[in-house]
Amino acid sequence: MTGPLIPMGIIGQGWDLVIALLIGMAFGYVLESAGFSSSRKLAGVFYGYDFTVLRVFFTAAITAMVGLLYFGYMGWIDLSMIYVNPTFLIAAIVGGLIMGLGFIAGGYCPGTSMCGVAIGKIDAMVFTGGMFVGILIFSEAFPLIQGIYESHSLGPVKVNEVLGLSTGTFALLLIIVALLAFIITRIVENKVKKVEY
Amino acid sequence: MTNSNIIDRSKRYTNPYLSGFLLGMVLLATFYITGRGLGASGAIKSTVVATVATVSESHAAGSDYYSKFISDDNHPMNNWLVFQVIGVLAGAFLSGALAGRLKLKVEHSPKISSRTRLIMAGIGGLLFGIGSQLGRGCTSGTALSGMASMALAGFIALLTIFGGGYLFAYFFRKFWI
Repeated sequence: MTGPLIPMGIIGQGWDLVIALLIGMAFGYVLESAGFSSSRKLAGVFYGYDFTVLRVFFTAAITAMVGLLYFGYMGWIDLSMIYVNPTFLIAAIVGGLIMGLGFIAGGYCPGTSMCGVAIGKIDAMVFTGGMFVGILIFSEAFPLIQGIYESHSLGPVKVNEVLGLSTGTFALLLIIVALLAFIITRIVENKVKKVEY
Repeated sequence: MTNSNIIDRSKRYTNPYLSGFLLGMVLLATFYITGRGLGASGAIKSTVVATVATVSESHAAGSDYYSKFISDDNHPMNNWLVFQVIGVLAGAFLSGALAGRLKLKVEHSPKISSRTRLIMAGIGGLLFGIGSQLGRGCTSGTALSGMASMALAGFIALLTIFGGGYLFAYFFRKFWI
C-alpha cells in the first residue's frame, strides 16, 4: 500500500480520529517514559547537566527522516504528498526566539507540558494555561503582527535545496553532526556539576 | 519495599537513544498514515479558537486570524490535533502510572519557591503560546516534524528555539541551577 494512507484514500476518514488518538497515546507514552514530563530534566539541556532532550530529539528526527527517504526509495510512500512546512523567514526566526525564551522561563514546550499535566505537575498546568492566554493575545493582536507574520514568504522550501545538496547527502551530514553532538555532550555532562532533581 | 526504592523507580527513564528511535518510528508512522507529522500547540490554538467562537461568534468570524481556522471547521484534520493531544495525555498518564510517577506537585529547584516557579511557568507558557503562533508551530509540529520532512522551517525552528534557550539561559540560571 503506497502511503500516505489517509490522503490516498486507503484509510477512510471515519478512522481519522481513532488513529489520531492512538498515535497521540504512543507519542505521549514515549515522551513521558523518556523523562519529558519533568521541567528540570528538560532544562538540563540548557545548563549542561542533562542532555536527554538533545539525544531523544536528534535520534527521533533522524530516524523519521531516514525512514521517510527509505520508504520513498522503496516506493512505499509518495514523498510529494508529504507536508513540508512553509517558511516565512522573519516570523520563523522571531517566533522561534520567543519560544526559546518561553522554554527557558517555563521549562516546558507545548507537547512536554501535556506530559507534565498528565502526571500531575501543577507547574505544567499553569504553563498550559499560559499558552492559552498567549495564543489569545497573539490572535487578538493579529492585525498589528500580520505584516511580520506574512513577510519574506519562501514557500515549502526544503533545507537541502537551499544548501544545494541531495536529500541523501544532507541526511548523511546530519547524522554525522548528531553523532558529534552525542559525543561532545557526553563529555560536557561529565564535567558539569551534577544537579539533583 | 522501602521508601527509597519507590523514589528510585520513579526516576528510572527509558534510554534516551531508544526513546528517540521509538519517537522517530511513531513520527514515521504518522507521516505514512496521515501525510504530516505530530503536533501539540495546534490543539491549544483550536481550543482558543473554539472558546472565542463560543463567546462571540461574530468577533471570531471578523478576525483575520480566527477565521483562518473556522472557515474549514468541518474539515476532519482540524480536529485531528485535538484528538492526538488527548491521546498524548492518556499515553503520558499510562507511562507515569506504570513508573509510579503520578503525583500532584509543583516541581522546582530548591533555591526558588513554588510560587516563583508557577509565575515563571505561566510567563513561559504565555511566551511559548505567542511564539508558536508567530512561528507557525512548536517543537513538535515545526521543529521535529519539519526536520523529518527536511523543511527549512523545521531547521530554523530547531536553531531558534534551542538557540534562543541557550541565548537566554544565563539570565534564568537562578531558577534552575
